Amino acid sequence: MHLILFFLFAGFCLAGAINLLVQSHPINSALSLIVVMTSLAVLYLLLGAEFLAAAQVIVYAGAIMVLFTFVVMLLNAGREERTMGSRTARKVGFPAVVAILGILATVILKAQGLGVAGLRDGITSTEELSRVLFHELLLPFEVTSVLILIAILGAVALARHGDGDPHGNQDPHGNGERTAGK
Amino acid sequence: MSSLFSMEIPITWYLLLSAVLFSLGVVGFLIKRNLITVFMSIELMLNAVNLSFVTFAHQWHAVRGQIFVFFVMMVAAAEAAVGLAIIIAVFRARATLAVDRIDLMKL
Repeated sequence: MHLILFFLFAGFCLAGAINLLVQSHPINSALSLIVVMTSLAVLYLLLGAEFLAAAQVIVYAGAIMVLFTFVVMLLNAGREERTMGSRTARKVGFPAVVAILGILATVILKAQGLGVAGLRDGITSTEELSRVLFHELLLPFEVTSVLILIAILGAVALARHGDGDPHGNQDPHGNGERTAGK
Repeated sequence: MSSLFSMEIPITWYLLLSAVLFSLGVVGFLIKRNLITVFMSIELMLNAVNLSFVTFAHQWHAVRGQIFVFFVMMVAAAEAAVGLAIIIAVFRARATLAVDRIDLMKL
């Protein structure tokens, strides 16, 4: 069962990731990224991380991807034009990707002492997780909440349309109204 | 068939899947020409790394690996909010999302 589920959802993952690359319309890429993230949630569940599977669906496939699709629709992003990119990306980037994949695969395949994963393995309960999180790692947790607060303030400050800004409208084309979103 | 149902799979396969997903994210970062899609490739790379964190947490029975994934998710949420706000600001200033045309800081 584990084998079938793994192959099914690993296949979904890879198909979604490849589809993200070949689609030229951003909304299609966003939808395939949702497929990747939901399949990853199932893989987390297979590995016994039930809380993370739920968080993956709610935070990633829910909140973050809704934000992405919202921005794609707000900016009315059309098809991307395919260019060859920069010469540096071609000459350095792609060999680097092959090198990264090769090195990772060799290290992983040569690693000793890695076990197996099966359905009979225990599931990390949310209680166990929260016990560590709220006892030993309470300070990092609180710092992260401050980080989220700062990110909210930054997002609002960046995305607002600059009324109250002494430099006024920085939009040289005067077409900010259709993107203001209010 | 019953042996198929009770089969366990090696941890290595999860790690290989994670490596392949990460490489696909890097390829997407290089070949995509739309600002939003480039950003999505970064999210794909973050997810690939999260998968290997969960795999190792399962392997060593360590809860802290899963908590690290939790922190990565929170930081990714903050990053997505700020990044998309920056994309909206860039679109408002340049009226384009093509990365080739956003070259003000290029030498």
